[in-house]
Amino acid sequence: MIDLQDITKVYQIGDEKVYALDHATMHIYPHEFVSVIGPSGSGKSTLMNIIGCLDTADAGVYKLDGIPIEDYSERQLAKVRNEKIGFIFQNFNLIPKLSAEENVELPLIYGGVRASERAERVREALEKVGLSQRAKHLPTELSGGQQQRVAIARALVTRPSLLLADEPTGNLDSRTSQEIMDILHDLHEQGNTVVLITHDNDIARQARRSIHILDGRLTEVQL
Amino acid sequence: MIMSFKMALRSIGSNKLRAVLTMLGIIIGVMALVVLVSLVNGATSSVTERMSSLGSNYVEAYVWSYGPDSLSLEELNEWVETEPTIESVAPESQSSAMAKFGSKSQQMSIHGTTPSYYEINGLQLAAGRFIKNTDLDNGSRVCILGPSAVDALVGYTDCIGDELSLDGLRYTIVGVLGKSDSLMYSGYGDNTIYIPFTAMQRQFSDFNSGINNFYATAPEGTPMSEAEDAVRRYLAERIGYDDWGNEQYYVYSMDIMEGAMDNVTSVLSILLGGIASISLIVGGIGIMNIMLVTVTERTREIGIRKAIGANRGTILRQFLLEAVVLCMMGCMIGIFLSWCILRLASVVVAEMSMTFDLNGGVVLLSVIFCFAIGVIFGLYPANKAAKMKPIDALHYGG
Repeated sequence: MIDLQDITKVYQIGDEKVYALDHATMHIYPHEFVSVIGPSGSGKSTLMNIIGCLDTADAGVYKLDGIPIEDYSERQLAKVRNEKIGFIFQNFNLIPKLSAEENVELPLIYGGVRASERAERVREALEKVGLSQRAKHLPTELSGGQQQRVAIARALVTRPSLLLADEPTGNLDSRTSQEIMDILHDLHEQGNTVVLITHDNDIARQARRSIHILDGRLTEVQL
Repeated sequence: MIMSFKMALRSIGSNKLRAVLTMLGIIIGVMALVVLVSLVNGATSSVTERMSSLGSNYVEAYVWSYGPDSLSLEELNEWVETEPTIESVAPESQSSAMAKFGSKSQQMSIHGTTPSYYEINGLQLAAGRFIKNTDLDNGSRVCILGPSAVDALVGYTDCIGDELSLDGLRYTIVGVLGKSDSLMYSGYGDNTIYIPFTAMQRQFSDFNSGINNFYATAPEGTPMSEAEDAVRRYLAERIGYDDWGNEQYYVYSMDIMEGAMDNVTSVLSILLGGIASISLIVGGIGIMNIMLVTVTERTREIGIRKAIGANRGTILRQFLLEAVVLCMMGCMIGIFLSWCILRLASVVVAEMSMTFDLNGGVVLLSVIFCFAIGVIFGLYPANKAAKMKPIDALHYGG
């Protein structure tokens, strides 16, 4: 379902051209659990941004569900992000003024889902991450692990075809990290496609398949 | 839509002090606009009211008709009965006569008229009474003296019941008028002797039975122009034209005066309103300024929203709505405070018999104006927010 073909992204830093991605090619199939591993500065985040339609490549073809996204307008990209991709960020990226359930509800509002259905789906998503009790709390009233679970619920609630997690455990201690990983495993088992980006080998190894990234080049790693 | 409205309210509510300070510009602007225009309108309407109470709200008609076909008092009264736009009518005929009181004699202006003349022309009695209907029916030889006539002829005000003669016929003085403060009437009315219309017709043989001119008033709430039209219609039918097609009558209304007053008012309103609008625009700039700050502060939030599926339009709407809501809240508060100020002003100047009400037109204008300012000054910051690339916004400051 994800099909990257010779994706190149170049940043101009001073006089020097830096290849964040250098002819990266990869395929991810439905219901896979893939981890992308690499040290910091290896192009992980750029890859994630491109897969997540937050950024566009300078060269190459990216097909999501068989459709090249270069052809999409800004509005269509927003729709793709809303419907097909669920983001999970390292720093959670919840909106601090909104309660847990309102954060989870937001993508549904943008997706134009009716209010009655929204309430039902928000409840469902929070239940999946085990946070039904804390629905009314503001992010600042939640622990890091709980915040990340709210973020996962927000990613889930639109029933996206792809869950994109960028260092989801980067800001968490190891015990909480494992909780988050367990949730991701559960979600994978329920049929979600999960792409996990990390620099942590232990975390990466939990995926079925791992792709290594270094200086913008991708190599498949068999676990 | 309701959702985004709630979001805007919450975002404004999350920083109340800043919101209030930002709104202050709009509040002051709206207050300046509404209060100033309402004050001008209140003041002029009370002036206009005074003017009409001083007898400016009548239609005056002159008729050229002589002989048996001339306009009679009965005819005129009958017409008034059937004409809804005319409240009352008072004919007037003028002549002059040698007035004699005691040893003094002087040529005086004599007006023959009916009881309603008193009200229509806003006369004030100093003593006694004006012409009554019975005087009119009987053609009684009674007279009312204008203040200058009293001074010139009698010398003292306490002359009710005394007699004077007009061209040799004896008349009883039944009333004395006070100094008239009528704008329309100062001067010529003061040095006049009023007698019943019928007495006038009997005494002065050079007068045939016809009415040469009369005053007409409209009932409360009927515009003078309608009364004027009614008089014109009536005279066109009753008197008509001479052999050469010229109108045999002339109708004149004090409406013109009121029109001029209205002109002054509207010019003054526009001038003051224009000045006040400048402060509203300044307030709008304040809104824009704070919205730009808000957009920068919330760059990251914009990034998150875009990542989870908000498109350009959604973000634009959100920030635009916030600016408009901010403006409209300021507008409402401003209108409310204006209302308070006007109430207060009405109490303070109560003895001047002026009342200041919120002027509906200017309230509507300020609402529309505030809305426009919200949109105009909110558009740039909102567009700035909407144009942000999700990736840049997401990584902003963290």
